[in-house]
Amino acid sequence: MADVVRKGRPNRKMKIAIASGKGGTGKTTLATNMTAYLAEEDEVVLVDLDVEEPNSGLFIKGELVHKEDKYKMIPEWEQDRCTPCGICQEVCNFHAIIQLSDQIMLFSELCHSCYACSELCPTSALPMIPQKMGEMKHYRNGNLSFVESRLDIGQEQAVPLIAQTKEYIDTHFSEKMIKFFDAPPGTSCPVIEVTKDVDFVILVTEPTPFGLHDLKLAVDTMRELNRNYGVVVNRHGIGNNDVLEYCQNENISVLAKIPNDRSIAELYSRGELVYQKIPAVKEHLIKIRDQILELKNGEAK
Amino acid sequence: MKEIVVISGKGGTGKTCITASFAHLGGKDVVVADCDVDAADMHLLLQPDFAKSEDFYSGFIAEIDQDECTQCGKCADVCRFNAIPVINTQYRVETLNCEGCGYCPRVCPTDAIRMEEQNVGQWYMSTTRAGNPMVHARLGIGAENSGKLVARVKKEANRIAEETSKDFVLVDGSPGVGCPVISSLSGANFVVLVTEPTVSGLHDLRRVYQLVQKFQIKAGCIINKSDLNPQVCDEIEDFLIKESIVHISNFPYDETFTEAMTMGRTVVEYGNNGLKALLTKSWERVKQITNQGEIRG
Repeated sequence: MADVVRKGRPNRKMKIAIASGKGGTGKTTLATNMTAYLAEEDEVVLVDLDVEEPNSGLFIKGELVHKEDKYKMIPEWEQDRCTPCGICQEVCNFHAIIQLSDQIMLFSELCHSCYACSELCPTSALPMIPQKMGEMKHYRNGNLSFVESRLDIGQEQAVPLIAQTKEYIDTHFSEKMIKFFDAPPGTSCPVIEVTKDVDFVILVTEPTPFGLHDLKLAVDTMRELNRNYGVVVNRHGIGNNDVLEYCQNENISVLAKIPNDRSIAELYSRGELVYQKIPAVKEHLIKIRDQILELKNGEAK
Repeated sequence: MKEIVVISGKGGTGKTCITASFAHLGGKDVVVADCDVDAADMHLLLQPDFAKSEDFYSGFIAEIDQDECTQCGKCADVCRFNAIPVINTQYRVETLNCEGCGYCPRVCPTDAIRMEEQNVGQWYMSTTRAGNPMVHARLGIGAENSGKLVARVKKEANRIAEETSKDFVLVDGSPGVGCPVISSLSGANFVVLVTEPTVSGLHDLRRVYQLVQKFQIKAGCIINKSDLNPQVCDEIEDFLIKESIVHISNFPYDETFTEAMTMGRTVVEYGNNGLKALLTKSWERVKQITNQGEIRG
């Protein structure tokens, strides 16, 4: 198998991202069921990094341990100090600053917090101040720690919130704990931020033309990022065989084929975990876990 | 010319299948814009001809000329994105981390840093099998600026609609509430929200509707897979009444959507089924409400 774990880092458990390309393929179902199941025996962390539409919290309940607002830094214009020389507008690559005669207009939603305008202003007329972009909550339920972040409505950039949440995880949980990141759909910058430094990525897809098309994009992205990854085919039985053929031709590990089952969809629709009620799903979770651990043990040798 | 945007908050609710059916029903009178540029799938159903393509450039990445670099480290000091680590005693740009802000070249004493404009994807101008003019795109792997590509796709679609006097531009948006969605909503006349009766579907519908409200755009809703959970379906219907969102229609949980997709067809072209009548009625309703204009109180 070509695309499996390569690097060796013994004594350190894994960071695993669950991503998909196409939305609605079962990322959150897999993330919540897998972590709830693993937490029956071991300490595990689930992090919902789909900050635009975080859903894991609908399935995982727990006691709120910690909550904090998350901020990004943006410039604030101090008119008294402004000369107005125009440097800030010139240096901003994101068009977040516009100067109209002696007035400076700031578009904070376009600001990437690079500090260039603030630090290059000759009269320090643009100090950086915090602006709320979302909130993060940390829950605990037995062995399971659950952290979710949600972006405030109207904020455009998910990446800074994802980055800050990852920092919180790195500083608050031991390296020895296994961590699952529920990623947003797609393949653009928020997905990159979630997956760029994890040890393994599970790509969840469905066996349809949309599933295949978006899986190919996700695989290309993981190859570009040089990540180790495997595929879970969800709703196996619908559509056609093209996804499995693609995986075979490309030498990609298929970690599980979870059958299409309306009762899974119904449990999901009510916000219930599936594995406790449908034994076949539990079998698949065990299989996925064992394969990932096997890949990890293989790496340590 | 009116612009109709279809979004869902949650992915996988059937948004693209429904939008493609509307596009097929609209035929040459409707310009289609696939603004789910991150995972653009509508072409798999509408089979456009990719008649014209153009590269899309947006954003920058810093590049350090090692011959000019004096290892002073000023660039790394000012970089807020940890994008300039020292590797083998050289300052190197970690392209995945570089935001393209352009701060580092401004502090480099030897002008060793250049900002390279990035090709982040392609966009296409096509005609579909049903005769729709269609603008679509493909975002490069891991590319940023999907919001800007969405804006470009919409701009081209609107230009075509104006020049050829079409009645509607039909936009397939992306999941979520972030920059590509915000970019899709800008300038829309009517928003169709496609949801499903699951706790996630309702949760995400509420969030994306908050965003729609910021734009003050009239909205309607289609509940797909409506028989999956009658109780949550009722909750969604209550939500629609409370928010004065037009309840366009309910579609049953039906594998025909998948079967049609597997054949590379929209549902309205695939056999004779009840879905075709429902979709036709819904599309007529969407056009009618869109033409009524702004009636928000």
